[in-house]
Amino acid sequence: MIDVFLIVFIITLLYVSIANRIITYVKVLALQGFILFGVTFMQLQEINTLNLVLILLETIVFKAIAVPLFLDHLIKRNNITREAEPYIPNFLSLVITTIIIVVTILLANSVKDDNLDKIFFIVALSTLFTGLYFIASRKKIITHVMGYLIIENGVFVLSLAVGNEMPMLVNLGIMLDIFASVLILGIFLNKIGDVFKDVDVDQLSNLKDY
Amino acid sequence: MTGIYLAGAILLVILIYANRNRIINNVLLILFGILQSIFTIYQCSNFRNTELEYFTSDSLGLLFLITLTIVGLPALFHSYLYINRHDESPQSRSVYFAAIVLLITSIGAAYLANHIAVVWIFTELTTLSASALIYHHRNKLALEGTWKYVFICAISITFVFIGILFLSLSLSGTGSSDLSYANLMAKSDQLNPFWLRLAFLFIFTGFTAKLGLVPMYTAGVDAKDKAPAPAGALLSSALMNMGFIGIFRLYTVIALTPLHHWANIVIFVSAILSIFVATVYMTKVVNIKRMFAYSSIEHMGLVMLGIAAGGIGYYAAILHLILHALVKSSLFFQFNQLYRVFQSKSVAYVGNYFKYNPTGAIVLLIAFISATAMPPSGLFVSEFLIFRALFEGQYIFVLLLVLLLLTIIIWAFAKNIFKILFTPVEGFDDSHVPKISPWESLTQYVLLFAAVWLGLNPPTIFVDLIKESVMLLQN
Repeated sequence: MIDVFLIVFIITLLYVSIANRIITYVKVLALQGFILFGVTFMQLQEINTLNLVLILLETIVFKAIAVPLFLDHLIKRNNITREAEPYIPNFLSLVITTIIIVVTILLANSVKDDNLDKIFFIVALSTLFTGLYFIASRKKIITHVMGYLIIENGVFVLSLAVGNEMPMLVNLGIMLDIFASVLILGIFLNKIGDVFKDVDVDQLSNLKDY
Repeated sequence: MTGIYLAGAILLVILIYANRNRIINNVLLILFGILQSIFTIYQCSNFRNTELEYFTSDSLGLLFLITLTIVGLPALFHSYLYINRHDESPQSRSVYFAAIVLLITSIGAAYLANHIAVVWIFTELTTLSASALIYHHRNKLALEGTWKYVFICAISITFVFIGILFLSLSLSGTGSSDLSYANLMAKSDQLNPFWLRLAFLFIFTGFTAKLGLVPMYTAGVDAKDKAPAPAGALLSSALMNMGFIGIFRLYTVIALTPLHHWANIVIFVSAILSIFVATVYMTKVVNIKRMFAYSSIEHMGLVMLGIAAGGIGYYAAILHLILHALVKSSLFFQFNQLYRVFQSKSVAYVGNYFKYNPTGAIVLLIAFISATAMPPSGLFVSEFLIFRALFEGQYIFVLLLVLLLLTIIIWAFAKNIFKILFTPVEGFDDSHVPKISPWESLTQYVLLFAAVWLGLNPPTIFVDLIKESVMLLQN
């Protein structure tokens, strides 16, 4: 069952790579939050209850509900247009994402370690690199933020792989999540929306030598 | 005492932030200065003790902590001058001071942390406080700089976290789950090399954002440009040392494994590229603060070359970091006086500084000689030792390439500095130039003198501390 969830997770990545509208990204992020909730629920069985409740709350309340709602609010408030505006055609994006996934699978197969569930490793690394690719290939700042949130989800999957032995690391991951998301989203996008009227990375290229 | 220090500092941060009264704010700042000094002295007398389980005052942490205090107190003083002169609103004043106190505290705590996760937590805190400092002017460019800094630091913090996860995977075969450096070193022969390799790559990449190396150096340059100069001084000295400590402590573990040689190659590539990038930008740069920032990147590249070359290079690298912190912070402290005279950051509109402020001009001149490592500067000694390490390690081509690049950097740096000092600017109206008190340059003289003295005639205890911090690598 965990495998099913994780494979659905990978499919969401492929879906994002061809998504045209920003709202799709938000929905996929919410879906990923729910998937992570399911994975956590089944994976971390040796952990103590209080800690488990905390982690579940983080995935469902923070990742699946609060962040997407907030993103939605930001998009409306700053009048961000609906298109995601990639630099690269969607088909090519799909091919690149697929290549990333295939390469991580090949990499994972070269690992000889019984302590690790390979599927966690594959999902985490391919999410990480796909997220970086989204950041590099999309134009709007808000899609950069979403790329970062996708990376965070990938990291969370990886931390679940070691979660039973080292619950501390999962907690640290949650801290990273909340800290970075609040810092980036909360303080910044609000301000950036106020100062720069249409939020494009192209406008963030004034800072140079002068 | 570490507990009292952390609790006291956090309390002071909250009080400074909540308080809007100028006098009370200044009193709180002085209180923090006293707290920081007491803490440093206490750690010296409590050498090698562990407190709160996660904080050990080992030799490297202690050396950097002392450097932090020596640079941090003048930074507080210059911040005070800066804020009072700019007639800031009470809110932006208290945010600035709270952020700088938080920055100093978290850097100090990260130095002493003996557990990789604790270092990571305090690295997050430095991102938070540094972003508040960079955003101080609240205009479009400051916002852009802050956004880039926050975003790149968030990604690099995530990278470090992934590295920690891989490290825990590498450790999981040994039956232990303790990620403290001491335990990692004790178990170094059982670590899984595949995961360790990945862990080192990710942690190294992540910390380069703070250390200022290729690939993540970009955000730091914008940050040092946009942050007020006293804060920039901390960002380009103490914060870079923190990035170094993050990499170095893991490197000490790797050095005990068969991966040592591979790690050296990674560091070599990153270091040489950094020096190359610094050279390219130094020849073009016209913004004075960015010039200082690129010079920092060059120095960090040299430090990492020393580490990768090994031998005497380890000693030289630590010495170089400490001296660089002293020199670069005095350059940044001096910058504000320069800006007050010319009201410009660009080399094109700045010139003949000797006429308007001779005391400050001499600071610039000495700092330039120090930063380019010409004798009698202390950095000359450390740089010379790094080159010797490269020579002894038979990296002749690297050495030649680096020497060539350094020559270009010295030429570019000198061209700009001599323009600032001697060449008058056409049409500069000097009727509004303020009179600058020579006393404001006192701290810079002290720092620069300390850099010369520590390089040419280091006290025995200083040498012993550096030797002890690299002792584990000498094999």
